[in-house]
Amino acid sequence: MSDPKTFFLDEEEIPFEEGQTIIQAALSAGKFIPHLCYHPEFKPHGSCKLCTVRIDSRTVTTEDGQSVKIPGRAAASCTTPAQEGQHVESEVPEILDLRRTLVQMLLVEGNHYCPSCEKSGKCMLQGLAYDLGVMDPHFPQYFSKREVDASHPDILLDFNRCILCELCVRASAEVDKKNVFALSGRGNTKHLICNSESGKLGDTNMAATDKAADVCPVGVILHKRHGFEVPYGQRRFDIAPISDNPVQYAPVKEQV
Amino acid sequence: MRHQFELETAKTPEALKRIVIEPVSRVEGHGKVTILLDDDNQVHQVRLHIVEFRGFEKFIEGRPYWEVPVLVQRLCGICPVSHHLAASKAMDMIVNGGILTPTAEKIRRLMHYGQMLQSHALHFFHLSSPDLLFGFDSDVGKRNIVGVAAANPDVAKMGVLLRKFGQEVIRVTSGKRVHGTGSIPGGVNKSLTAEERDYLLKDADQMIAWSRDAVRIIKQLHKSNPALYDVFGDVPTTMVSLVDEKGTLDFYHGSLRARDKDGEVIFDQVSYQGYNTLLTEGVKPWSYMKFPYITTLGEEKGWYKVGPLARVQNCDRIPTPQAEEERAEFVAYGGTKPMHGSLGFHWARMIEMLCAAETIKDLLLDPDIMGTDLMATGPRREEGIGVIEAPRGTLFHHYRVNEDDVVTYANLIVSTTNNNTAMNVAVRDVAKNYLNGHEITEGLLNHIEVAIRCFDPCLSCATHALGKMPLEVTLVNAQGQEIDRMTKDSEGRVAKGAA
Ligand code: SF4
Ligand code: FES
Repeated sequence: MSDPKTFFLDEEEIPFEEGQTIIQAALSAGKFIPHLCYHPEFKPHGSCKLCTVRIDSRTVTTEDGQSVKIPGRAAASCTTPAQEGQHVESEVPEILDLRRTLVQMLLVEGNHYCPSCEKSGKCMLQGLAYDLGVMDPHFPQYFSKREVDASHPDILLDFNRCILCELCVRASAEVDKKNVFALSGRGNTKHLICNSESGKLGDTNMAATDKAADVCPVGVILHKRHGFEVPYGQRRFDIAPISDNPVQYAPVKEQV
Repeated sequence: MRHQFELETAKTPEALKRIVIEPVSRVEGHGKVTILLDDDNQVHQVRLHIVEFRGFEKFIEGRPYWEVPVLVQRLCGICPVSHHLAASKAMDMIVNGGILTPTAEKIRRLMHYGQMLQSHALHFFHLSSPDLLFGFDSDVGKRNIVGVAAANPDVAKMGVLLRKFGQEVIRVTSGKRVHGTGSIPGGVNKSLTAEERDYLLKDADQMIAWSRDAVRIIKQLHKSNPALYDVFGDVPTTMVSLVDEKGTLDFYHGSLRARDKDGEVIFDQVSYQGYNTLLTEGVKPWSYMKFPYITTLGEEKGWYKVGPLARVQNCDRIPTPQAEEERAEFVAYGGTKPMHGSLGFHWARMIEMLCAAETIKDLLLDPDIMGTDLMATGPRREEGIGVIEAPRGTLFHHYRVNEDDVVTYANLIVSTTNNNTAMNVAVRDVAKNYLNGHEITEGLLNHIEVAIRCFDPCLSCATHALGKMPLEVTLVNAQGQEIDRMTKDSEGRVAKGAA
């Protein structure tokens, strides 16, 4: 048997199997790369760009003897296959800045009032904001006007918090075989819709036991009549910050 | 006879000078006092304006009900627990008809009494003791908590540690010192561990002792200067509060009782579920804040006060021994009639703080607070009303929730709104007695603020804005032109002269 292939993540050697993406290999090796739209059970989507890394930066020596770093290409690690001998930079200042900016843009684009959000303490966007040291939203708040869809007997949708990651779309289509969700519109007007004539979730065949009901990384898809049942200090990211536990990082069904 | 509308509206406002005290310092939120004076500095009109945005109710409408107890804490930076619990009580009605397990009720009580302790300590030591210890027109540079710490380090230390203890009770029961999540519709999300209980219990006796000391301080002030303390900002009025089924003081739950200014019971054991017929929220063209009154008595006679002075004189007894002793002495001091001087609020407030400290200890010794049965279930309802005695007085939360679990109607009457007319009357009383005919000085204006502060108006509750603001006084002539101005920054530095 030949030696496993490896690449370098922030100078650390990471083994990988043929066909694995950079993020898959990193997470299985216990190395955290921030991500929002990636989920180990679904095909990568490559939309949130939180997982951006820089690949194969080079240092060249100029004629006058100075070393100059030529940055490698930036790529979404969730869609980029790992390659033998590759040098991947993740925890470097420029990339961390980029991720902070992305998180800030997401925070102002929706209406994220963390203190009164049931997902607080287990929300991946909030968890990443803390982990990346995002201290303020930086950009002016968008104050987008979005409604709540409470038509389903067991599930509430609060569109104010949607980051358009399409995990629910993928879960409903691929696992639940229902196609309950889709994205509609473009650019600024892009938004999540429910596939029913009325556009209401209550008129779809969604069930509370569906995979799609427990996949949302933020606080859009919520089980009704449950809120704040886990006290401060015992919530998921109170116990360990998001980056401490890369393997269990993907959304799991909450114990309620 | 004194009339509540006296000095509310001047006969010929056009011919008068206007003084605007804006905003009132050491009061959270945005309040403004306008005084119209004639050329001889005679007071003709005094109004306390509190800028209230009704937007918060609209913000709650459309939200899922389980968010509301957490959401409403944003109303107020200094007593969020009161809103958290009043909303929880209303939502209990909706999710199970209003029942709680013994553990849940006691954890909530513990949280609430912790809140009462920290809020009363903050009010008395940080906001009011500078006026009380140094005098209302003492050196403005020293008239603050730093000045108190320099002159009376023990008093300042007591204040800081009492407040901290109250905050720790809140943290242990709700998860955080400010804006926790402990109370949820139908129960609580945590009880206490033995370590948490012991951590609080070790300081409980000291808190009781310090609270008793605080009562002694304010009692002494009354006895040493009754001519000031007993009559300043006199507002003889009806008093409204919750009492339990035996007429005992209870901050967390009970029925409504009202006594008139002479102490005669007007109504008793009235369920707060009928608050919206019992009370009418009056409006006046010059203020955004409502002026509630007891419907059957009408707008002119039905206004009332809430808060410590109302509660301590409304109840028949206080359930803890030391506070009850102090209540009896307080009532005896007043003689046959209730006390209505606004400074009496501080005395009553400290008796309540003592009651809170004693109750916290009793609750900590109750094994139920470590129970594991946290949630109760029962039949669902559409409407819920939750009422609580917040540190500043009776607080009403009222919601309707549709079958989709979304709030369709919200109405809140906060303590400060309940006291709106009474505060206006107190301010007018002080303006008439202290400002009439005098050149306006910072010290005289501070008398107005002292009267407002007695009521401990949590203006941020009413205005949904946070932060202490400096004082600005503008003297305007009859044409509306500013002729003089006095400003005081949050450090107490005073500057005079037109801008
Ligand atoms: S609802 Fe949640 S899972 Fe679906 S697209 Fe929005 S953020 Fe992603
Ligand atoms: S996680 Fe890779 S782009 Fe979103």
